[in-house]
Amino acid sequence: MQDTENRRPPAHVGWRWALIGLAVAGSAVAFGYVGGWLAPERLSPKKIVDSLEANGGAHPGYRRNHAKGICVGGYFEGNGALQSFSSSAVFAKERTPVVGRLAIPGGNPYAADSSVPIRSFALRFDLADGEQWRTGMNAMPVFPVSTPQAFYDLQVATHPDPKTGKPDPAKAGAFFGSHPETGAFLGWAKTAKPPASYATETYQSINAFYLRDSAGERRAVRWKMVPETPETGDGSPAAGDTDYLASDLSKRLAAGPLRWHLIMTFAGDGDPIDDAAKAWPDDRKSVDAGTLVIDSWQDQATGPCRDVNYDPTILPKGIETSNDPLLAARSAAYADSYLRRTSEEGHLPGAARPKEAK
Amino acid sequence: MSRDQTFHPFARALHWLMSIMVLSMLFIGAGMVSTVAEKHDWLLAIHRPLGIVIFVLALIRLAFRLTHPAPPLPADLPLWQKLAAHGSHVLLYALMIAMPLIGWGMLSAGNYPVTMFGSVHLPKILPTDPALFAWLRESHRYLAWLFFLTFLAHMGAALMHGLIRRDGVLQSMTGGKAPR
Repeated sequence: MQDTENRRPPAHVGWRWALIGLAVAGSAVAFGYVGGWLAPERLSPKKIVDSLEANGGAHPGYRRNHAKGICVGGYFEGNGALQSFSSSAVFAKERTPVVGRLAIPGGNPYAADSSVPIRSFALRFDLADGEQWRTGMNAMPVFPVSTPQAFYDLQVATHPDPKTGKPDPAKAGAFFGSHPETGAFLGWAKTAKPPASYATETYQSINAFYLRDSAGERRAVRWKMVPETPETGDGSPAAGDTDYLASDLSKRLAAGPLRWHLIMTFAGDGDPIDDAAKAWPDDRKSVDAGTLVIDSWQDQATGPCRDVNYDPTILPKGIETSNDPLLAARSAAYADSYLRRTSEEGHLPGAARPKEAK
Repeated sequence: MSRDQTFHPFARALHWLMSIMVLSMLFIGAGMVSTVAEKHDWLLAIHRPLGIVIFVLALIRLAFRLTHPAPPLPADLPLWQKLAAHGSHVLLYALMIAMPLIGWGMLSAGNYPVTMFGSVHLPKILPTDPALFAWLRESHRYLAWLFFLTFLAHMGAALMHGLIRRDGVLQSMTGGKAPR
Protein backbone atom coordinates (compact mmCIF):
# COMPACT_ATOMS: atom_id res chain seq x y z
CA MET A 1 0.00 0.00 0.00
CA GLN A 2 1.14 3.49 -0.63
CA ASP A 3 1.58 6.06 2.06
CA THR A 4 -1.20 8.54 2.26
CA GLU A 5 1.18 11.48 2.10
CA ASN A 6 2.74 10.36 -1.17
CA ARG A 7 -0.58 9.95 -2.95
CA ARG A 8 -1.57 12.76 -5.22
CA PRO A 9 -5.22 13.20 -6.18
CA PRO A 10 -5.63 11.60 -9.62
CA ALA A 11 -6.21 13.63 -12.74
CA HIS A 12 -9.69 13.74 -14.30
CA VAL A 13 -11.49 12.60 -11.15
CA GLY A 14 -14.86 13.29 -12.77
CA TRP A 15 -14.13 11.01 -15.70
CA ARG A 16 -12.88 8.32 -13.36
CA TRP A 17 -16.08 8.39 -11.37
CA ALA A 18 -18.07 8.35 -14.61
CA LEU A 19 -16.19 5.23 -15.70
CA ILE A 20 -17.02 3.49 -12.44
CA GLY A 21 -20.65 4.52 -12.72
CA LEU A 22 -20.77 3.26 -16.28
CA ALA A 23 -19.35 -0.12 -15.30
CA VAL A 24 -21.88 -0.54 -12.48
CA ALA A 25 -24.86 0.78 -14.42
CA GLY A 26 -23.89 -1.17 -17.53
CA SER A 27 -23.75 -4.42 -15.57
CA ALA A 28 -27.10 -3.67 -13.98
CA VAL A 29 -28.72 -2.94 -17.34
CA ALA A 30 -27.28 -6.12 -18.86
CA PHE A 31 -28.67 -8.13 -15.95
CA GLY A 32 -32.02 -6.40 -16.26
CA TYR A 33 -32.18 -7.25 -19.94
CA VAL A 34 -31.18 -10.88 -19.52
CA GLY A 35 -33.60 -11.29 -16.63
CA GLY A 36 -36.40 -9.87 -18.76
CA TRP A 37 -37.25 -6.85 -16.59
CA LEU A 38 -35.98 -4.57 -19.36
CA ALA A 39 -37.39 -6.80 -22.11
CA PRO A 40 -41.15 -6.74 -21.48
CA GLU A 41 -41.94 -8.03 -24.99
CA ARG A 42 -40.22 -11.36 -24.28
CA LEU A 43 -42.58 -14.32 -23.93
CA SER A 44 -41.99 -15.35 -20.33
CA PRO A 45 -43.29 -18.37 -18.42
CA LYS A 46 -45.20 -15.89 -16.27
CA LYS A 47 -47.09 -14.50 -19.26
CA ILE A 48 -48.15 -17.96 -20.37
CA VAL A 49 -49.30 -19.03 -16.92
CA ASP A 50 -51.05 -15.68 -16.37
CA SER A 51 -52.96 -16.26 -19.61
CA LEU A 52 -54.01 -19.73 -18.42
CA GLU A 53 -55.08 -18.29 -15.08
CA ALA A 54 -57.04 -15.56 -16.81
CA ASN A 55 -58.98 -18.20 -18.76
CA GLY A 56 -59.43 -20.80 -16.01
CA GLY A 57 -60.03 -18.49 -13.07
CA ALA A 58 -58.15 -18.23 -9.78
CA HIS A 59 -57.96 -21.58 -8.03
CA PRO A 60 -55.10 -21.38 -5.50
CA GLY A 61 -53.31 -24.65 -4.85
CA TYR A 62 -54.31 -26.19 -8.18
CA ARG A 63 -52.41 -26.65 -11.38
CA ARG A 64 -52.92 -23.75 -13.78
CA ASN A 65 -53.80 -26.13 -16.57
CA HIS A 66 -55.26 -29.64 -16.44
CA ALA A 67 -56.47 -28.55 -13.01
CA LYS A 68 -59.08 -31.31 -12.67
CA GLY A 69 -57.67 -34.79 -12.37
CA ILE A 70 -57.05 -37.88 -10.32
CA CYS A 71 -53.90 -39.63 -9.09
CA VAL A 72 -53.15 -43.17 -10.21
CA GLY A 73 -50.39 -45.60 -9.33
CA GLY A 74 -48.88 -48.76 -10.73
CA TYR A 75 -45.86 -49.82 -12.73
CA PHE A 76 -44.43 -50.06 -16.20
CA GLU A 77 -43.01 -53.39 -17.29
CA GLY A 78 -40.64 -53.16 -20.24
CA ASN A 79 -40.36 -56.07 -22.65
CA GLY A 80 -36.82 -55.40 -23.88
CA ALA A 81 -37.92 -54.62 -27.44
CA LEU A 82 -36.59 -51.05 -27.31
CA GLN A 83 -33.25 -51.88 -25.75
CA SER A 84 -31.43 -51.78 -29.07
CA PHE A 85 -32.80 -48.26 -29.64
CA SER A 86 -32.42 -46.70 -26.21
CA SER A 87 -29.90 -47.22 -23.46
CA SER A 88 -32.49 -46.43 -20.78
CA ALA A 89 -33.06 -49.11 -18.16
CA VAL A 90 -36.79 -48.32 -18.25
CA PHE A 91 -37.06 -50.40 -21.44
CA ALA A 92 -35.38 -53.48 -19.96
CA LYS A 93 -37.48 -56.46 -18.88
CA GLU A 94 -38.14 -55.08 -15.44
CA ARG A 95 -40.79 -53.22 -13.51
CA THR A 96 -40.51 -49.46 -12.93
CA PRO A 97 -42.98 -47.89 -10.49
CA VAL A 98 -45.04 -44.98 -11.80
CA VAL A 99 -46.91 -42.09 -10.21
CA GLY A 100 -49.55 -40.98 -12.68
CA ARG A 101 -52.30 -38.46 -13.13
CA LEU A 102 -55.35 -38.58 -15.40
CA ALA A 103 -56.90 -35.20 -16.07
CA ILE A 104 -58.84 -32.91 -18.37
CA PRO A 105 -57.41 -29.73 -19.90
CA GLY A 106 -58.31 -26.30 -18.59
CA GLY A 107 -57.57 -24.27 -15.50
CA ASN A 108 -60.87 -24.89 -13.70
CA PRO A 109 -60.75 -27.81 -11.23
CA TYR A 110 -64.58 -27.86 -11.14
CA ALA A 111 -65.14 -28.03 -14.88
CA ALA A 112 -67.60 -30.63 -16.10
CA ASP A 113 -65.92 -33.72 -17.54
CA SER A 114 -67.95 -33.16 -20.70
CA SER A 115 -66.63 -29.60 -21.15
CA VAL A 116 -63.72 -30.76 -23.32
CA PRO A 117 -63.21 -33.74 -25.62
CA ILE A 118 -59.60 -34.20 -24.48
CA ARG A 119 -58.23 -36.37 -21.66
CA SER A 120 -54.62 -36.32 -20.51
CA PHE A 121 -52.29 -38.78 -18.84
CA ALA A 122 -49.13 -37.72 -17.02
CA LEU A 123 -46.61 -40.22 -15.72
CA ARG A 124 -43.47 -40.19 -13.64
CA PHE A 125 -41.38 -43.33 -13.98
CA ASP A 126 -39.06 -43.76 -11.00
CA LEU A 127 -36.05 -45.69 -12.25
CA ALA A 128 -34.06 -47.85 -9.88
CA ASP A 129 -30.92 -45.69 -10.15
CA GLY A 130 -32.77 -42.49 -9.13
CA GLU A 131 -33.31 -41.21 -12.65
CA GLN A 132 -36.82 -40.15 -13.63
CA TRP A 133 -38.84 -40.06 -16.80
CA ARG A 134 -41.73 -37.62 -16.76
CA THR A 135 -44.22 -37.32 -19.54
CA GLY A 136 -47.48 -35.47 -20.06
CA MET A 137 -49.60 -37.05 -22.78
CA ASN A 138 -52.88 -36.02 -24.37
CA ALA A 139 -55.59 -38.07 -26.02
CA MET A 140 -55.57 -36.18 -29.30
CA PRO A 141 -53.62 -36.70 -32.51
CA VAL A 142 -51.78 -33.37 -32.70
CA PHE A 143 -51.27 -30.16 -30.75
CA PRO A 144 -53.32 -27.15 -31.96
CA VAL A 145 -50.28 -24.94 -32.55
CA SER A 146 -46.57 -25.24 -33.31
CA THR A 147 -44.96 -22.55 -31.18
CA PRO A 148 -45.13 -21.14 -27.66
CA GLN A 149 -46.07 -17.72 -29.04
CA ALA A 150 -49.02 -19.21 -30.93
CA PHE A 151 -50.07 -21.09 -27.78
CA TYR A 152 -50.03 -17.83 -25.85
CA ASP A 153 -51.93 -16.02 -28.59
CA LEU A 154 -54.47 -18.85 -28.57
CA GLN A 155 -55.07 -18.37 -24.84
CA VAL A 156 -55.53 -14.65 -25.32
CA ALA A 157 -57.84 -15.15 -28.32
CA THR A 158 -60.03 -17.64 -26.44
CA HIS A 159 -60.25 -15.64 -23.21
CA PRO A 160 -63.85 -15.87 -21.99
CA ASP A 161 -65.87 -12.72 -22.54
CA PRO A 162 -66.92 -11.50 -19.05
CA LYS A 163 -70.48 -10.97 -20.34
CA THR A 164 -71.14 -14.34 -21.93
CA GLY A 165 -68.54 -16.47 -20.12
CA LYS A 166 -67.55 -17.80 -23.52
CA PRO A 167 -64.75 -16.87 -25.92
CA ASP A 168 -65.56 -14.17 -28.43
CA PRO A 169 -66.13 -16.11 -31.69
CA ALA A 170 -64.75 -13.23 -33.74
CA LYS A 171 -61.44 -13.17 -31.87
CA ALA A 172 -61.11 -16.95 -31.84
CA GLY A 173 -62.00 -17.10 -35.52
CA ALA A 174 -59.40 -14.48 -36.35
CA PHE A 175 -56.77 -16.47 -34.48
CA PHE A 176 -57.54 -19.74 -36.27
CA GLY A 177 -57.75 -17.93 -39.58
CA SER A 178 -54.27 -16.53 -39.15
CA HIS A 179 -52.85 -19.87 -37.91
CA PRO A 180 -53.35 -22.48 -40.65
CA GLU A 181 -51.26 -24.93 -38.61
CA THR A 182 -54.35 -25.40 -36.40
CA GLY A 183 -56.14 -27.15 -39.28
CA ALA A 184 -55.17 -30.70 -38.30
CA PHE A 185 -56.30 -30.20 -34.71
CA LEU A 186 -59.53 -28.45 -35.67
CA GLY A 187 -60.34 -31.22 -38.15
CA TRP A 188 -60.09 -33.75 -35.32
CA ALA A 189 -61.86 -31.57 -32.75
CA LYS A 190 -64.87 -31.05 -35.03
CA THR A 191 -66.00 -34.64 -34.56
CA ALA A 192 -64.39 -35.44 -31.20
CA LYS A 193 -66.79 -36.32 -28.38
CA PRO A 194 -65.92 -36.16 -24.68
CA PRO A 195 -64.97 -39.76 -23.88
CA ALA A 196 -66.86 -41.44 -21.03
CA SER A 197 -63.76 -43.11 -19.58
CA TYR A 198 -60.07 -42.43 -19.04
CA ALA A 199 -59.45 -46.15 -19.46
CA THR A 200 -60.31 -46.46 -23.13
CA GLU A 201 -58.23 -43.55 -24.44
CA THR A 202 -54.97 -43.52 -26.39
CA TYR A 203 -52.59 -40.92 -24.95
CA GLN A 204 -49.98 -39.35 -27.23
CA SER A 205 -46.66 -37.73 -26.41
CA ILE A 206 -47.60 -35.13 -29.05
CA ASN A 207 -44.05 -33.72 -29.06
CA ALA A 208 -41.21 -35.64 -30.69
CA PHE A 209 -38.19 -36.87 -28.73
CA TYR A 210 -35.01 -38.76 -29.51
CA LEU A 211 -34.06 -42.21 -28.34
CA ARG A 212 -30.31 -42.70 -28.05
CA ASP A 213 -28.87 -46.19 -28.17
CA SER A 214 -25.79 -47.36 -26.32
CA ALA A 215 -23.68 -46.82 -29.46
CA GLY A 216 -24.64 -43.14 -29.37
CA GLU A 217 -26.97 -43.14 -32.35
CA ARG A 218 -30.24 -41.25 -31.95
CA ARG A 219 -33.61 -41.68 -33.62
CA ALA A 220 -36.63 -39.38 -33.53
CA VAL A 221 -39.76 -40.85 -32.00
CA ARG A 222 -43.20 -40.08 -30.69
CA TRP A 223 -44.91 -42.40 -28.24
CA LYS A 224 -48.39 -43.27 -27.19
CA MET A 225 -50.11 -45.31 -24.52
CA VAL A 226 -52.65 -47.57 -26.21
CA PRO A 227 -55.33 -49.06 -23.93
CA GLU A 228 -56.09 -52.76 -23.62
CA THR A 229 -59.53 -51.79 -22.36
CA PRO A 230 -62.05 -51.87 -25.23
CA GLU A 231 -64.66 -49.17 -25.60
CA THR A 232 -67.97 -50.60 -24.46
CA GLY A 233 -71.03 -49.33 -26.26
CA ASP A 234 -71.73 -45.63 -26.13
CA GLY A 235 -71.01 -45.49 -22.38
CA SER A 236 -72.80 -42.21 -22.07
CA PRO A 237 -72.79 -40.96 -18.49
CA ALA A 238 -76.03 -40.05 -16.77
CA ALA A 239 -77.35 -36.63 -17.67
CA GLY A 240 -76.13 -33.97 -15.27
CA ASP A 241 -73.20 -36.05 -14.00
CA THR A 242 -70.19 -33.76 -14.26
CA ASP A 243 -67.66 -36.00 -12.51
CA TYR A 244 -68.19 -39.29 -14.28
CA LEU A 245 -64.54 -39.84 -15.20
CA ALA A 246 -63.39 -40.32 -11.60
CA SER A 247 -66.29 -42.61 -10.67
CA ASP A 248 -65.80 -44.65 -13.85
CA LEU A 249 -62.10 -45.04 -13.07
CA SER A 250 -62.61 -46.10 -9.45
CA LYS A 251 -65.26 -48.62 -10.54
CA ARG A 252 -62.94 -50.13 -13.13
CA LEU A 253 -59.95 -50.28 -10.78
CA ALA A 254 -62.08 -51.97 -8.11
CA ALA A 255 -62.62 -54.74 -10.67
CA GLY A 256 -58.92 -55.04 -11.56
CA PRO A 257 -55.90 -53.25 -13.00
CA LEU A 258 -56.02 -51.27 -16.24
CA ARG A 259 -53.37 -51.78 -18.89
CA TRP A 260 -51.88 -49.71 -21.68
CA HIS A 261 -49.11 -50.56 -24.14
CA LEU A 262 -46.30 -48.09 -24.69
CA ILE A 263 -46.02 -47.85 -28.46
CA MET A 264 -42.91 -46.09 -29.73
CA THR A 265 -43.25 -44.73 -33.28
CA PHE A 266 -40.13 -43.88 -35.30
CA ALA A 267 -40.04 -40.86 -37.61
CA GLY A 268 -39.67 -41.48 -41.30
CA ASP A 269 -37.54 -39.35 -43.62
CA GLY A 270 -38.91 -35.83 -43.73
CA ASP A 271 -41.36 -36.25 -40.86
CA PRO A 272 -41.49 -33.05 -38.80
CA ILE A 273 -39.50 -33.47 -35.59
CA ASP A 274 -40.08 -29.94 -34.39
CA ASP A 275 -43.75 -29.41 -35.10
CA ALA A 276 -46.32 -30.95 -32.76
CA ALA A 277 -49.21 -29.60 -34.88
CA LYS A 278 -48.37 -32.03 -37.70
CA ALA A 279 -49.18 -35.73 -37.56
CA TRP A 280 -46.85 -38.41 -38.91
CA PRO A 281 -48.19 -40.89 -41.46
CA ASP A 282 -49.84 -43.97 -39.97
CA ASP A 283 -47.45 -46.44 -41.60
CA ARG A 284 -44.39 -45.49 -39.56
CA LYS A 285 -42.48 -48.23 -37.81
CA SER A 286 -43.82 -48.82 -34.31
CA VAL A 287 -42.48 -50.92 -31.46
CA ASP A 288 -44.46 -52.14 -28.46
CA ALA A 289 -42.05 -51.34 -25.63
CA GLY A 290 -43.95 -52.79 -22.69
CA THR A 291 -47.04 -52.62 -20.57
CA LEU A 292 -48.25 -49.93 -18.19
CA VAL A 293 -50.29 -51.40 -15.37
CA ILE A 294 -52.43 -49.03 -13.29
CA ASP A 295 -53.83 -50.64 -10.17
CA SER A 296 -54.68 -47.85 -7.72
CA TRP A 297 -56.15 -44.36 -7.60
CA GLN A 298 -56.24 -41.52 -5.10
CA ASP A 299 -57.93 -38.17 -4.85
CA GLN A 300 -55.66 -35.50 -6.35
CA ALA A 301 -55.89 -33.32 -3.22
CA THR A 302 -54.19 -35.97 -1.09
CA GLY A 303 -52.56 -38.29 -3.62
CA PRO A 304 -48.88 -38.48 -4.54
CA CYS A 305 -49.40 -36.89 -7.96
CA ARG A 306 -50.46 -33.57 -6.43
CA ASP A 307 -46.94 -32.24 -5.97
CA VAL A 308 -45.41 -33.64 -9.12
CA ASN A 309 -44.48 -31.26 -11.90
CA TYR A 310 -44.91 -33.44 -14.99
CA ASP A 311 -42.23 -31.56 -16.91
CA PRO A 312 -41.74 -33.50 -20.16
CA THR A 313 -38.07 -32.51 -20.40
CA ILE A 314 -37.13 -34.55 -17.32
CA LEU A 315 -35.80 -37.62 -19.04
CA PRO A 316 -33.50 -40.51 -18.22
CA LYS A 317 -30.34 -41.15 -20.18
CA GLY A 318 -31.36 -42.78 -23.47
CA ILE A 319 -34.32 -40.44 -24.08
CA GLU A 320 -33.68 -36.83 -25.14
CA THR A 321 -35.65 -33.74 -26.08
CA SER A 322 -36.07 -32.77 -29.72
CA ASN A 323 -35.95 -29.27 -31.19
CA ASP A 324 -39.71 -28.95 -30.80
CA PRO A 325 -39.99 -25.41 -29.35
CA LEU A 326 -43.02 -26.39 -27.29
CA LEU A 327 -40.91 -28.66 -25.06
CA ALA A 328 -38.80 -25.92 -23.50
CA ALA A 329 -41.91 -23.78 -23.14
CA ARG A 330 -43.76 -26.57 -21.36
CA SER A 331 -40.80 -27.02 -19.02
CA ALA A 332 -40.57 -23.29 -18.26
CA ALA A 333 -44.31 -22.75 -17.84
CA TYR A 334 -44.86 -25.90 -15.75
CA ALA A 335 -42.09 -24.73 -13.40
CA ASP A 336 -43.85 -21.40 -12.97
CA SER A 337 -47.20 -23.09 -12.31
CA TYR A 338 -45.52 -25.49 -9.88
CA LEU A 339 -43.96 -22.64 -7.92
CA ARG A 340 -47.30 -20.84 -7.75
CA ARG A 341 -49.19 -23.80 -6.36
CA THR A 342 -46.48 -24.96 -3.97
CA SER A 343 -46.20 -21.36 -2.69
CA GLU A 344 -49.93 -21.45 -2.06
CA GLU A 345 -49.71 -24.82 -0.34
CA GLY A 346 -46.79 -23.57 1.74
CA HIS A 347 -48.58 -20.33 2.67
CA LEU A 348 -45.68 -18.19 1.49
CA PRO A 349 -46.10 -14.45 2.06
CA GLY A 350 -48.12 -12.95 -0.75
CA ALA A 351 -49.38 -16.29 -2.05
CA ALA A 352 -53.12 -16.85 -2.18
CA ARG A 353 -54.47 -19.41 0.29
CA PRO A 354 -55.94 -22.58 -1.13
CA LYS A 355 -59.64 -22.32 -0.38
CA GLU A 356 -60.42 -25.99 -0.39
CA ALA A 357 -59.62 -28.27 2.49
CA LYS A 358 -56.82 -30.59 1.58
CA MET B 1 4.63 -3.52 -3.01
CA SER B 2 5.82 -6.19 -0.72
CA ARG B 3 4.64 -9.76 -1.16
CA ASP B 4 2.16 -9.77 1.71
CA GLN B 5 0.33 -6.83 0.19
CA THR B 6 -1.01 -8.90 -2.66
CA PHE B 7 -3.18 -11.97 -2.40
CA HIS B 8 -1.51 -15.34 -2.83
CA PRO B 9 -1.39 -16.30 -6.53
CA PHE B 10 -3.66 -19.28 -5.82
CA ALA B 11 -6.21 -16.99 -4.18
CA ARG B 12 -6.02 -14.60 -7.13
CA ALA B 13 -6.46 -17.43 -9.63
CA LEU B 14 -9.49 -18.72 -7.74
CA HIS B 15 -10.93 -15.22 -7.46
CA TRP B 16 -10.83 -14.49 -11.17
CA LEU B 17 -11.93 -17.97 -12.22
CA MET B 18 -14.84 -17.89 -9.82
CA SER B 19 -15.79 -14.33 -10.69
CA ILE B 20 -16.41 -15.49 -14.26
CA MET B 21 -18.31 -18.56 -13.08
CA VAL B 22 -20.47 -16.73 -10.54
CA LEU B 23 -21.32 -13.90 -12.92
CA SER B 24 -22.18 -16.42 -15.64
CA MET B 25 -24.30 -18.28 -13.12
CA LEU B 26 -26.25 -15.16 -12.14
CA PHE B 27 -26.93 -14.27 -15.77
CA ILE B 28 -27.79 -17.87 -16.69
CA GLY B 29 -30.18 -18.11 -13.78
CA ALA B 30 -31.91 -14.81 -14.50
CA GLY B 31 -32.10 -15.62 -18.21
CA MET B 32 -33.39 -19.16 -17.98
CA VAL B 33 -36.43 -18.28 -15.89
CA SER B 34 -37.28 -15.28 -18.06
CA THR B 35 -37.94 -17.19 -21.26
CA VAL B 36 -39.89 -20.08 -22.74
CA ALA B 37 -37.47 -20.33 -25.67
CA GLU B 38 -35.25 -23.37 -26.22
CA LYS B 39 -32.41 -21.73 -24.35
CA HIS B 40 -34.41 -22.33 -21.17
CA ASP B 41 -33.49 -26.00 -21.44
CA TRP B 42 -29.78 -25.75 -22.13
CA LEU B 43 -29.24 -22.90 -19.68
CA LEU B 44 -30.85 -25.06 -17.01
CA ALA B 45 -28.60 -27.96 -18.00
CA ILE B 46 -25.54 -25.72 -17.44
CA HIS B 47 -26.89 -24.10 -14.29
CA ARG B 48 -26.99 -27.27 -12.16
CA PRO B 49 -23.47 -28.67 -12.68
CA LEU B 50 -21.88 -25.20 -12.76
CA GLY B 51 -23.48 -24.46 -9.39
CA ILE B 52 -21.97 -27.59 -7.92
CA VAL B 53 -18.52 -26.71 -9.30
CA ILE B 54 -18.83 -23.25 -7.72
CA PHE B 55 -19.85 -24.88 -4.43
CA VAL B 56 -16.76 -27.12 -4.37
CA LEU B 57 -14.43 -24.28 -5.38
CA ALA B 58 -16.01 -21.99 -2.77
CA LEU B 59 -15.25 -24.50 -0.02
CA ILE B 60 -11.63 -24.80 -1.18
CA ARG B 61 -11.42 -21.03 -1.36
CA LEU B 62 -12.87 -20.57 2.10
CA ALA B 63 -10.38 -23.05 3.57
CA PHE B 64 -7.51 -21.27 1.80
CA ARG B 65 -8.72 -17.85 2.88
CA LEU B 66 -8.95 -18.93 6.53
CA THR B 67 -5.36 -20.18 6.45
CA HIS B 68 -3.95 -17.35 4.32
CA PRO B 69 -5.06 -13.92 5.61
CA ALA B 70 -5.85 -11.17 3.12
CA PRO B 71 -3.53 -8.16 2.81
CA PRO B 72 -4.55 -5.42 5.24
CA LEU B 73 -6.76 -2.59 4.03
CA PRO B 74 -5.12 0.86 3.88
CA ALA B 75 -4.86 2.40 7.34
CA ASP B 76 -6.52 5.63 6.20
CA LEU B 77 -9.61 3.92 4.80
CA PRO B 78 -12.70 5.32 6.59
CA LEU B 79 -14.16 2.96 9.14
CA TRP B 80 -17.49 2.57 7.31
CA GLN B 81 -15.68 1.51 4.17
CA LYS B 82 -13.63 -1.02 6.14
CA LEU B 83 -16.79 -2.42 7.67
CA ALA B 84 -18.48 -2.48 4.27
CA ALA B 85 -15.49 -4.27 2.77
CA HIS B 86 -15.40 -6.96 5.45
CA GLY B 87 -19.17 -7.35 5.53
CA SER B 88 -19.50 -7.67 1.76
CA HIS B 89 -16.75 -10.28 1.63
CA VAL B 90 -18.42 -12.35 4.33
CA LEU B 91 -21.66 -12.03 2.36
CA LEU B 92 -20.03 -13.08 -0.91
CA TYR B 93 -18.49 -16.17 0.69
CA ALA B 94 -21.79 -17.04 2.37
CA LEU B 95 -23.69 -16.70 -0.92
CA MET B 96 -21.14 -18.71 -2.93
CA ILE B 97 -21.68 -21.59 -0.52
CA ALA B 98 -25.39 -21.13 0.26
CA MET B 99 -26.74 -20.61 -3.24
CA PRO B 100 -25.66 -24.00 -4.63
CA LEU B 101 -26.87 -25.69 -1.44
CA ILE B 102 -30.25 -23.97 -1.69
CA GLY B 103 -30.53 -24.94 -5.35
CA TRP B 104 -29.63 -28.54 -4.57
CA GLY B 105 -31.97 -28.61 -1.59
CA MET B 106 -34.79 -27.03 -3.56
CA LEU B 107 -34.60 -29.65 -6.30
CA SER B 108 -34.49 -32.34 -3.59
CA ALA B 109 -37.59 -30.95 -1.87
CA GLY B 110 -39.38 -30.76 -5.22
CA ASN B 111 -38.38 -34.40 -5.85
CA TYR B 112 -36.61 -33.47 -9.06
CA PRO B 113 -33.62 -35.52 -10.13
CA VAL B 114 -30.51 -33.40 -9.45
CA THR B 115 -29.02 -34.13 -12.86
CA MET B 116 -25.40 -33.24 -13.53
CA PHE B 117 -24.94 -34.80 -16.98
CA GLY B 118 -26.23 -37.93 -18.66
CA SER B 119 -27.49 -40.30 -15.99
CA VAL B 120 -25.16 -38.81 -13.34
CA HIS B 121 -27.16 -37.15 -10.62
CA LEU B 122 -26.64 -36.14 -7.01
CA PRO B 123 -28.51 -37.69 -4.10
CA LYS B 124 -31.39 -35.89 -2.41
CA ILE B 125 -30.31 -33.76 0.55
CA LEU B 126 -33.84 -32.92 1.75
CA PRO B 127 -37.10 -34.85 1.98
CA THR B 128 -39.83 -34.24 -0.59
CA ASP B 129 -41.87 -31.31 0.70
CA PRO B 130 -43.71 -28.85 -1.59
CA ALA B 131 -43.83 -26.03 0.96
CA LEU B 132 -40.10 -26.36 1.61
CA PHE B 133 -39.54 -26.38 -2.14
CA ALA B 134 -41.44 -23.10 -2.51
CA TRP B 135 -39.51 -21.44 0.35
CA LEU B 136 -36.16 -22.52 -1.05
CA ARG B 137 -37.10 -21.59 -4.61
CA GLU B 138 -38.08 -18.06 -3.58
CA SER B 139 -34.97 -17.76 -1.37
CA HIS B 140 -32.89 -18.77 -4.39
CA ARG B 141 -34.45 -15.92 -6.37
CA TYR B 142 -34.08 -13.17 -3.77
CA LEU B 143 -30.60 -14.21 -2.68
CA ALA B 144 -29.56 -14.15 -6.33
CA TRP B 145 -30.62 -10.51 -6.48
CA LEU B 146 -28.72 -9.82 -3.28
CA PHE B 147 -25.73 -11.65 -4.79
CA PHE B 148 -25.85 -9.48 -7.91
CA LEU B 149 -26.19 -6.25 -5.90
CA THR B 150 -23.27 -7.28 -3.71
CA PHE B 151 -21.26 -7.99 -6.84
CA LEU B 152 -22.07 -4.49 -8.17
CA ALA B 153 -20.93 -2.91 -4.89
CA HIS B 154 -17.80 -5.08 -4.89
CA MET B 155 -16.89 -4.14 -8.44
CA GLY B 156 -17.67 -0.47 -7.87
CA ALA B 157 -15.55 -0.42 -4.71
CA ALA B 158 -12.66 -2.21 -6.41
CA LEU B 159 -12.70 0.33 -9.24
CA MET B 160 -12.92 3.16 -6.73
CA HIS B 161 -9.78 1.82 -5.04
CA GLY B 162 -8.02 1.41 -8.39
CA LEU B 163 -9.09 4.63 -10.09
CA ILE B 164 -9.81 7.18 -7.37
CA ARG B 165 -7.96 6.25 -4.19
CA ARG B 166 -5.20 4.40 -6.07
CA ASP B 167 -4.21 2.76 -2.81
CA GLY B 168 -3.12 -0.65 -4.08
CA VAL B 169 -6.24 -2.51 -2.97
CA LEU B 170 -7.25 -3.36 -6.55
CA GLN B 171 -3.66 -4.36 -7.34
CA SER B 172 -3.65 -6.74 -4.39
CA MET B 173 -6.03 -8.87 -6.47
CA THR B 174 -4.83 -8.08 -10.01
CA GLY B 175 -1.22 -8.58 -9.00
CA GLY B 176 -0.24 -5.41 -10.88
CA LYS B 177 1.78 -2.52 -9.55
CA ALA B 178 -0.03 0.24 -7.70
CA PRO B 179 0.14 3.57 -9.52
CA ARG B 180 2.14 6.29 -7.91
